Amino acid sequence: MTALSALPDPQGFFGDFGGQFVAETLMPLILELQGCYEAAKDDPAFREELAYFQRDYVGRPSPLYFAERLTEHFGGAKIYFKREELNHTGAHKINNCIGQILLAKRMGKNRIIAETGAGMHGVATATVAARFGMKCVVYMGATDIDRQQANVFRMRLLGAEVIPVESGMGTLKDAMNEALRDWVTNVDDTFYIIGTVAGPHPYPAMVRDFQAVIGHETRDQMLEKEQRLPDSLVACIGGGSNAMGLFHPFLKDESVHMIGVEAGGHGISTGEHAASLNGGEPGVLHGNRTYLLQNVDGQIQDAHSISAGLDYPGIGPEHAYLHSTKRVEYVSITDQEAIDAFQLCCRKEGIIPALETAHALAEIAKRAPELPEDHLMVVNLSGRGDKDMTSVAEYLGDSF
Amino acid sequence: MTAQANATDVSISRITQRFEDLKAEGRSALVTFVTAGDPDPETSQAILDGLPAAGADIIELGMPFTDPMADGPAIQKGAQRALKAGQNQRKTLEMVRRFRAHDQDTPIVLMGYYNPIYRYGVEAFLNDAAEAGIDGLIVVDLPPEHDGELCLPAAEKGLNFIRLATPTTDDARLPKVLENTSGFLYYVSVAGVTGAGSASSEAVEKAVERLKLHSRLPVAVGFGIKTPEHAAMVARSADAVVVGSALVNTVEQAESPQAAIEGVHSLTRALAQGVRTARQAR
Ligand SMILES: Cc1ncc(COP(=O)(O)O)c(C=O)c1O
Repeated sequence: MTALSALPDPQGFFGDFGGQFVAETLMPLILELQGCYEAAKDDPAFREELAYFQRDYVGRPSPLYFAERLTEHFGGAKIYFKREELNHTGAHKINNCIGQILLAKRMGKNRIIAETGAGMHGVATATVAARFGMKCVVYMGATDIDRQQANVFRMRLLGAEVIPVESGMGTLKDAMNEALRDWVTNVDDTFYIIGTVAGPHPYPAMVRDFQAVIGHETRDQMLEKEQRLPDSLVACIGGGSNAMGLFHPFLKDESVHMIGVEAGGHGISTGEHAASLNGGEPGVLHGNRTYLLQNVDGQIQDAHSISAGLDYPGIGPEHAYLHSTKRVEYVSITDQEAIDAFQLCCRKEGIIPALETAHALAEIAKRAPELPEDHLMVVNLSGRGDKDMTSVAEYLGDSF
Repeated sequence: MTAQANATDVSISRITQRFEDLKAEGRSALVTFVTAGDPDPETSQAILDGLPAAGADIIELGMPFTDPMADGPAIQKGAQRALKAGQNQRKTLEMVRRFRAHDQDTPIVLMGYYNPIYRYGVEAFLNDAAEAGIDGLIVVDLPPEHDGELCLPAAEKGLNFIRLATPTTDDARLPKVLENTSGFLYYVSVAGVTGAGSASSEAVEKAVERLKLHSRLPVAVGFGIKTPEHAAMVARSADAVVVGSALVNTVEQAESPQAAIEGVHSLTRALAQGVRTARQAR
């Protein structure tokens, strides 16, 4: 097996997955981006600027918090939360956006585009665009606009233009198509900030690198608190950026078990879910080869999840690779299980998690009780749930 | 003569033959794009079957895909109509088989995205495509960086792999784009999705000149060409003029299947007229 740190290969492949499956118009642009990113990554000035913004603007490092009441409640593994929800804008998404906007600045681009599902990436992008004085256009599915009203308003306050996407089911996949169409049309001044570890190379590797700060901090913090590495890491997966950010710095540590949690929607057997690894097949979409929800004719099927941020029929190619090598275990959690865990976290820890994050919490609810008390488990608390009030109220038949 | 025999026995491809014939006539080719199965299988077959008589010299047949990332609204909607009416890869190949029963000369190029081919299985797809009488492929999301996926295997089966060159393809990159391209080169005249914008006649002329410096392949120009006048303008310098969105729009606007068939064919006749008189008009 190729050394993990050596992946992806120069064509952007993680084993069979990844690549640069884009139209010719975009090819010169992503090659330019690839070159600029490689140069920036090794430039001390770039790294220093990134570290400055992570610290003073994003608020890093985020705490590694011992979730004592949940630990007591489950009566098994010792549970820690990596508090990404405390970041500026309320999720891990900004780690990546800060990195990419600094790159955009370096490349002399002044118009930013992004796709968004739950709106967290859209908000983070609108935020950094405002901070750096750049024009910002966010594509968002019409369905998602309906269920994430608060985030739409936040983006507008931040000066971004939010363009509703009506095609398909009006969710994240359609928003990404539309962002790619914008990029093909505006090739000179535009930088596309992709919000997860998907898309054509170099995005999966670049977004991973910007998010890896999560895992690096977790490692240091755990060593300080417990004098050893964690035993397991759990994170939810839409495209897979918060999971990859937590996992990647631990991939070489064989003792660390990793669990990625996909959205099981109404259950894998119903066909209404967003679990690409557990319920999909390999294919090519949005610039990379990965597992996709698709029919026998290779037509992409609509995903379903209560959580807009997980409602995507694909997954980052590096996850597809880690699935094929079995380094990471991938499971799924249903809407109902996520809602239950959401409520439990609110009441036991006084933390309202994002619905995306609630999927990871639901997985620990299954595992923690069966594990010994000295098992150290870290959950990536990828985001806060303020944005989800309407969805949750509706699901519970409540209103406010 | 079966299509299979045609593809293997004849040393020169149907596409190359067509360009040579038109060169002798001193005119440019009209390439028409329609989506297979749009708005329904029967209507689409009738549209396809009548295109050569209406003046299409080469036919691009779109393989519908749920996520046509490089297409504008017209072709997106065409694909959606076709998928809704039950179109799939097998039916698209079957359409071409039927077409070949009465037309062995008009080249057909399938155009679309990689995933439906990948899912079909590359080997199986190429065998079935060659057998059905398909001459070439344009697969939007397979740049030369991924030639091993489909381009090279297609060439081995005698299918042309037609590549797009765009305004962002500079001289340094062009040789890479041309390396394994065969049949013709498709110049996308504006950076953008299908159906949007259009380049000036000077810009098109310049681009064609530049491409000709690098390649002996015929150069087709497309994206945003909607009217006979515009087609004529492009036909002055390009070896072929590609029209897609305007034809697909005609299908959308038609009030009945019959109107869709007549609409596409009458626009094709007008475009063909433009292309055929372009160089005389000069
Ligand atoms: C809080 C939160 N967690 C997770 C995700 C899923 O994205 P990813 O899998 O890239 O971390 C999102 C996406 O919107 C999110 O908002």
